[in-house]
Amino acid sequence: MTADQWIALVAGIVGGALRVGAPFLFVSLGECLTEKSGRINLGLEGVLVLSAMAAFGGAYLTDSAWLGVLIGAAAGAVLALLHGLLCSLDRVNDVATGIALMLLGTGLAFYLGKPLIQPQAPQLPAIPLGFWSDNTVVQSALQVNALVPIGIVLAGLMYWGFARTRAGLLVRMAGDSANATRALGYSVSGIRIAATTAGGFIAGLGGASLTLFYPGSWNEGISSGQGLIAVALVIFARWSPLRCVGAAFLFGGAGAIGPALQSVGVGWGYHLFNTVPYVLTLVILVFTCKPGSVAIGSPGELSSTR
Amino acid sequence: MRNAFREIALPVFAIAAALLLFGLLVAFAGVDPIEVWATLFTGAFGSWFSWQNTLQRAAPLMLTALCVAIPARAGLVIIGGEGAVVLGGLACAALPYAITLPGNMIGTVMVCIAGAVAGGLWIMGAGWLRQYRGINETISSLLLAYIAIGIFKHLVEGPLRDPASLNKPSTRSLPEGLGIGGIAGSDVHWGLVIGIVACIGLGLWLRMTASGFSIRVVGGNPRTAQLVGLPATRLILTACGVGGACAGVAGAVEVAAVHTNANASIIAGYGYAGILVSFIARHNPIAIIPVAILFGGFGAAGSLLQRRLGLPDASVLVLQGIAFVLILASEGLRMIDWKTLLKNRMPKTVQPQITKEVA
Repeated sequence: MTADQWIALVAGIVGGALRVGAPFLFVSLGECLTEKSGRINLGLEGVLVLSAMAAFGGAYLTDSAWLGVLIGAAAGAVLALLHGLLCSLDRVNDVATGIALMLLGTGLAFYLGKPLIQPQAPQLPAIPLGFWSDNTVVQSALQVNALVPIGIVLAGLMYWGFARTRAGLLVRMAGDSANATRALGYSVSGIRIAATTAGGFIAGLGGASLTLFYPGSWNEGISSGQGLIAVALVIFARWSPLRCVGAAFLFGGAGAIGPALQSVGVGWGYHLFNTVPYVLTLVILVFTCKPGSVAIGSPGELSSTR
Repeated sequence: MRNAFREIALPVFAIAAALLLFGLLVAFAGVDPIEVWATLFTGAFGSWFSWQNTLQRAAPLMLTALCVAIPARAGLVIIGGEGAVVLGGLACAALPYAITLPGNMIGTVMVCIAGAVAGGLWIMGAGWLRQYRGINETISSLLLAYIAIGIFKHLVEGPLRDPASLNKPSTRSLPEGLGIGGIAGSDVHWGLVIGIVACIGLGLWLRMTASGFSIRVVGGNPRTAQLVGLPATRLILTACGVGGACAGVAGAVEVAAVHTNANASIIAGYGYAGILVSFIARHNPIAIIPVAILFGGFGAAGSLLQRRLGLPDASVLVLQGIAFVLILASEGLRMIDWKTLLKNRMPKTVQPQITKEVA
């Protein structure tokens, strides 16, 4: 391979990490917040698709990309609120409810989004991180979604919030010991519903970045399971919002290896490279889990780790 | 008897409520709800043609639901049935590459067994990771499903690809005589019989045999299982293997009866739909049969809604979503003792009480 090809390959992977990683970042932060409160939300897949549709529709109707982002996030919050409410009923399994909401969310998005497949909506502005280079390949690869810095700041805020604020400590307490929460006179369900809803709002930002930046249009194949993978991402990041940032970009980058290799003419193993993030998560689980104990850093009440 | 009534009444009410909500939704789109309900019924169960369509969709749902139900009885929540389905289909299509099969019943059984082995081992992997490494099986089975899909696509578009398949990469078609045909000349293939037999057989196994009972003990109360010395690990791995084998057969049947080769249309979400079917049937293999037929019917009615009333094809997805959400939510109302609740609401005769005011 020549030097140009190497540059194109690296730029493709880094650029892919930033582009593909953006929705991963938001869904993982949303899932992190939900799981910190002791509940698992597999319905984030539905949240992601529904908010992607709502954001696109909102931007199209209001002619403003940022209003679209807000509308998308609100739609995500509403669907997550439904998940939170359903799971607080007795004997309602959060895994099954999540799958049902995944179906409902994608169904509603496809149903309501039918008229949105043709039109164009205003797009989010791009931040040109590649300004230092003369190479056009590098420049175009490093066009970054304006939501990405917001997501990184949000991760920092969540990290600080979990450690320092009353609300953050309450969420963590509800996640670690429902009994302790009750003993202090707080409503476990209330905290969990609030955390799930806020998580849906954050994941909704990820949906907005799908339709308002990259790939930048609404169609029915918009999500390739990013919402389901959020659960794996959060485990990978061991429930820390800061590590979620790294994990999201790592997953994005790993997913970009295949297309980047293809762009320089190596077609072999395209689909195998796409599975790298999952294999990596599984390997990390194999090394960090021990029989008879919960994963390090995991909230104690989480049904998926007990 | 009362309990049995409640078991059936709750889901029926939930589905009725879902249909009502769905009618409301389509009314906003300017379509007459009554017409929609009628079309739904015609499309799912109205004619022999729609019955064939319904049953064809119900067959894989039964098998993938078993992949959730059997491990669930042993206390595991497995959501990676999709991985077992695609690997089952792949193994079924790949076996003729490796050995020459007799072109008759025996060959068909052999490709189905190949699918069952592939699916069974894959889900057993999730059980093994849980028992020996302490990894949560819900997460690992989900990850394994994505890995399986990656392997499937890699092999189908690479080493196993039929050079003649240009637009849609697929493996070579199964040799003549290995396919699964329709029952008595209809479109309903023998996969339905396999599904029903598997549901009934496994239902009886859990209920009637010692090993089935032990699996239920392990799932119901692990402490008791330990106290009476049941081999929990072996039982859990068996349950995972049996469940995975069912999903693998679902994939093999899809290949042998519907697509004739393995291609990407086998990844149709049957694994995920099976999770919900199993939860709604409360992990009871026999109850899976009617639930799978019902949801197969919803799926079959979709295209008719689209053609006749101009509704988007996703409207069935919305209906399924609403129905699943409501049925799962109704689970929360199951144990409520309505009688006592109502009695307590009744105004009681208040006895005059003399109590000291507590400061």
